[in-house]
Amino acid sequence: MELEEIKDIISFLKDTDVTELNIEREGFKIRIKRGYIYGPIEVSKTLKAAEEPVKPHFMTELQKEEEMLHTITSPLVGTFYRASSPDAPPFVEVGAKVEKGQVLCIIEAMKIMNEIESDVSGVIKKILVENGQPVEYGEPLFLIEVA
Amino acid sequence: MELFKKILIANRGEIAVRIIRACKELGIKTVAIYSDVDKDSLHVKLADESICIGPANPAQSYLNITAILSAADITDAEAIHPGYGFLAENAQFAEACINSGIAFIGPAPENIRLGGDKAKARQILKRRGIPVVPGSEGVVNSEETCIKVIKKIGLPVIFKASAGGGGRGMRIVNDEKDIEQSFFMAQREALAAFGNGELYIEKYFPKVRHIEVQILADKQGNIVHLGERDCTIQRRHQKLLEESPSPVLNEKLRKKIGEYAIKAAKALKYKNIGTFEFIVDEELNPYFIEINTRVQVEHPVTEEITDIDIIKEQIKIAKGYPLSFKQNQIKFRGHAIECRINAEDPEKFTPSPGIVDFLCLPGGPGVRVDTYLYSGSKVSPYYDSLVLKIITRGANRQEAIDRMRRALEETVIKGISTNINFFLKLLQNSDFIKGKFFTDFVQTMNNEGN
Repeated sequence: MELEEIKDIISFLKDTDVTELNIEREGFKIRIKRGYIYGPIEVSKTLKAAEEPVKPHFMTELQKEEEMLHTITSPLVGTFYRASSPDAPPFVEVGAKVEKGQVLCIIEAMKIMNEIESDVSGVIKKILVENGQPVEYGEPLFLIEVA
Repeated sequence: MELFKKILIANRGEIAVRIIRACKELGIKTVAIYSDVDKDSLHVKLADESICIGPANPAQSYLNITAILSAADITDAEAIHPGYGFLAENAQFAEACINSGIAFIGPAPENIRLGGDKAKARQILKRRGIPVVPGSEGVVNSEETCIKVIKKIGLPVIFKASAGGGGRGMRIVNDEKDIEQSFFMAQREALAAFGNGELYIEKYFPKVRHIEVQILADKQGNIVHLGERDCTIQRRHQKLLEESPSPVLNEKLRKKIGEYAIKAAKALKYKNIGTFEFIVDEELNPYFIEINTRVQVEHPVTEEITDIDIIKEQIKIAKGYPLSFKQNQIKFRGHAIECRINAEDPEKFTPSPGIVDFLCLPGGPGVRVDTYLYSGSKVSPYYDSLVLKIITRGANRQEAIDRMRRALEETVIKGISTNINFFLKLLQNSDFIKGKFFTDFVQTMNNEGN
């Protein structure tokens, strides 16, 4: 199994209620448990005759962390605003606790203000776009540590 | 007056590439828009800037007016070129651009609206003395009127959707007893396909040629035509091969049909570029059928024999430049042919999407290729199957045909199926070489099992 496939499975599981998953294939076994951030991803290879050592995939701590976070992407083309008006405080800051359905930012498209809501509950870990910056469809805006 | 500084191209595929090329030559910056599956498409790579505007489904991307205007807004584009298809003939889109302070590179919204109302267009032009196919005055609302019209013009007739296009929403009636049922069926089809059940009736000619005239019309009111294109080679009303000049028109008829197009454009106060389509019957009588209010797929054949860049003219006209030449300064030289290479199954004509593993394009004297393909590029199942246009020019028709045959033989496209072999067969057909064919030619050629 490729790293990409494992990543796909993990991100797929994020939107489900599944807390544990075991996959067994010929010469290969993976168990994924969800619930905490540095959660145990156990990749154990039931070794074949040659007894090759398992080569670990190296990832930086940061990559590993971002891998586990939930990304909010822009659903439309427009201009990104962190607050409802220039004088108002931002909807969220890094470290803020957010609920599912809470407004995170505004994307202005053709003079219409579109409120972008969080689709998960958790903690804002990173804001990836500057206030007033143009964004395209699918552009990552926030990283959230899912509660 | 300076030209636009930046243009957004609201399209994809070969036409987006074609427009970006014209912009580059004019020193205009370009913005490509794309759906997420088109991230690596050629138009995105060639443009100065690019914006992803939505997912693969065209309704949410290339047809999404808000997203496109928003992309123009955040990139400070001064004008939008719609290409063909998608929003090119959508009057609301043209209006929305203008209302947002963005120039629309195309005809005025009222021109587009009339182009889409085929029953009305033929009514107006008939009154101005332009021959139209015998048929109803405007739309036919009841079965009684329908029968009255058919009594006058005689069978066979064709029911057409007033809002139709692209060869859809048409029904031919050969027998009196089928009139009633066909009328209601055509109405239902038109309603389903175009959201408008209005029909009009035309006399149906089984043996016709399809000939269209390209016009350019500036905002100062100057109008010229760039000669005709013969688009008779079609399959199920989809054009496959176009050429200019037409192998059947004589000088007298060529002049007449050009004058009709200019007269029609004047009558409609037409602006920018457009095409007036005619059918020509076996006795060489021309009849106006419809207006195309956009740049057409087959525009390169005209460019090749006139040395006029239609896209550049279109951009200049939209900015308000007057035409820089008069009708008598336009010189026609030689003969040009275009083949539309589609990614399709050669037998079933179903689309053949996939990855182009290897591509070798033809070259040499008199060969032009307009495409968005490159080795490793993707032909997406979501969009039109036209992937490549080969255009050849020769001193005369035979040389253009010989060059086309050579160019098709040089072309290698691996990974997807195409209709290249169909064209090789067509170019060897003696009736095609003699110029003796009508719109049913491809159908009969296939039936003969050639």
